[in-house]
Amino acid sequence: MSSPTETAPIKTAPTKTAPPDTAAHPYRRLVARRITLVLGLSLLLCLSIAVDVSLGPARYALRDVAATLIWPEAADLQMRVVVWDIRLPMALMAVTVGGCLSLAGAQMQTILANPLASPFTLGLSAAASFGAALAMVLGVALFPAALALMVPINAFVMAMLAALLIFALSSMRGVTVETIVLLGIALVFTFNAALALLQYFASEQALAAVVFWTMGSLTKASWDKVAVTAAILVVCTPLFARRAWALTAIRLGEARASAMGVPVRRLRLETLVLVSVLAAIPVSFVGTIGFIGIVGPHIARLLLGEDQRFFLPGAILSGALILSATSVLSKAILPGAVLPIGIITALVGVPFFATLIFTHGRRSW
Amino acid sequence: MVTLELDRVEARYGRKIIYTDATTPAISGGHLTALIGPNAAGKSTLFRRIAGQLAGSGQVRITGADRDDLRYMPQDTAISAALSVYEAVILALKQGRSGWRLSAGELAAVDAILTRLKITALAERQLAELSGGQRQLISIAQTLVSRPRLVLMDEPTSALDLYRQYEVLELLRSYAAETGAVVVLALHDLNQVMRSCTTTIAVAEGRVVAVGPTLEVLSPALIRRLYAIESRVETCSRGCPMMIVDGALEQGT
Repeated sequence: MSSPTETAPIKTAPTKTAPPDTAAHPYRRLVARRITLVLGLSLLLCLSIAVDVSLGPARYALRDVAATLIWPEAADLQMRVVVWDIRLPMALMAVTVGGCLSLAGAQMQTILANPLASPFTLGLSAAASFGAALAMVLGVALFPAALALMVPINAFVMAMLAALLIFALSSMRGVTVETIVLLGIALVFTFNAALALLQYFASEQALAAVVFWTMGSLTKASWDKVAVTAAILVVCTPLFARRAWALTAIRLGEARASAMGVPVRRLRLETLVLVSVLAAIPVSFVGTIGFIGIVGPHIARLLLGEDQRFFLPGAILSGALILSATSVLSKAILPGAVLPIGIITALVGVPFFATLIFTHGRRSW
Repeated sequence: MVTLELDRVEARYGRKIIYTDATTPAISGGHLTALIGPNAAGKSTLFRRIAGQLAGSGQVRITGADRDDLRYMPQDTAISAALSVYEAVILALKQGRSGWRLSAGELAAVDAILTRLKITALAERQLAELSGGQRQLISIAQTLVSRPRLVLMDEPTSALDLYRQYEVLELLRSYAAETGAVVVLALHDLNQVMRSCTTTIAVAEGRVVAVGPTLEVLSPALIRRLYAIESRVETCSRGCPMMIVDGALEQGT
């Protein structure tokens, strides 16, 4: 049926293609633009960290702070203690926590095909708050061996239990992403109700502690906590990076991704495990900072698209940048006081996010 | 030459068995094969079983190519991903390959398929902005970019205008001819099938009911059985066979 004369014109078509191996290829230019954007975000983050470290009840000049950071031995003792033992852990905690939560949100949105998915909306943060409140109100330690770390460990255990429940449901045959999101929302309401019940019976002192914890705060940052959150980021990022093409393909829909040979179910479950750890540990250290997990990924998506080679670092950087900028603002708004970061996050993130949506002229999802 | 043969193939969703005994002779490559059948006859299920997405007993025998050479294009769905057309085609090419970098050869392969489908103008457009027909052309580009030797396409022309339908079928015909690939298309337009496809597989209610040369398979009796439609095949003034529909039978007749 297919005579050679009929097919000839189409056969010759590929030879018309221009040689693509030059820097002028439109795709190479797109890649260069994206790399520049990622570098720009990194530069902004460095600036934000520097400003964050220079701000506080005692005002130091940016130059002196830089000198203390580079030559700690040469700086005076008070400045060295303030910069190295108080401000730098807080500033870096903002970066690692922001990066972890944003990355967790980005991959949740990717595997669940839902723009509202985040550690907050799937109930992990609510579960962590409930766990922390159990320790603060009732003095219940879910891991009695480490009483000194009762609050963060309780928060972590509850967040992981919530994640396990979501994981178990996701492993069942025939469960759709919509069901997983609905279960997450049900978990949010359940843990919020349980938390409210604890607060109702709490003493005034315990109630204040719970409320303060749920607002989120970086003031309890330490080098140990920075190291733990940084380590999770360092371990999880390459695991996602190795799956970059497959994770990007999932955003084309389950049917197309499967047709391309992506093991969608397995990838979704593996990602869910990583995301749970990425979200649970930072939340157990700093309390509820819900906004980063949703907005960080959306900012990265608007700036860089969803090719995971750029989206992955973009999400980490934008989350880290928002939380770092928030840390700066939380000190700058009321001189001498540090406002809880969870409150300021939305105040910083929303205007920036809204500006991006309206100026970008592109669909945000 | 690539061949595809089904030997008592069963397909199941969990415990539910969709296909019990799908058997075909070896279908050779180099030309187009149609998969026809009424809605919910199991065309997509059979594709997914051949592509290894569904479990079941029986054997899918492929000669002249390995499983990595198989590409399946599912039916069109909306996409919300923030990706450009060019990125989406790269994505299809890079699946199963390692490394983040793109070689000049890989870029050339993407350029070639976009040129061949005449959609280079769409390269920088976002997927979410595309019309249904444009999305379908991108899916075809994604399916063919790695030059697979076994291609299964689920209704590849359903959203295309008449000109594009003709172009795409001609392109697929020439692709099959030049690569020797087995290209199976699930199609609803039986005149398209008669014009483009040498072989036809007919399925109904989870069974293969006929396989063979298209003009032999598309008998009025089979059309009546599959679609409850009275039809006849006549030769047009230029010598092409055409299917003419005379009317529908009462359901259950």
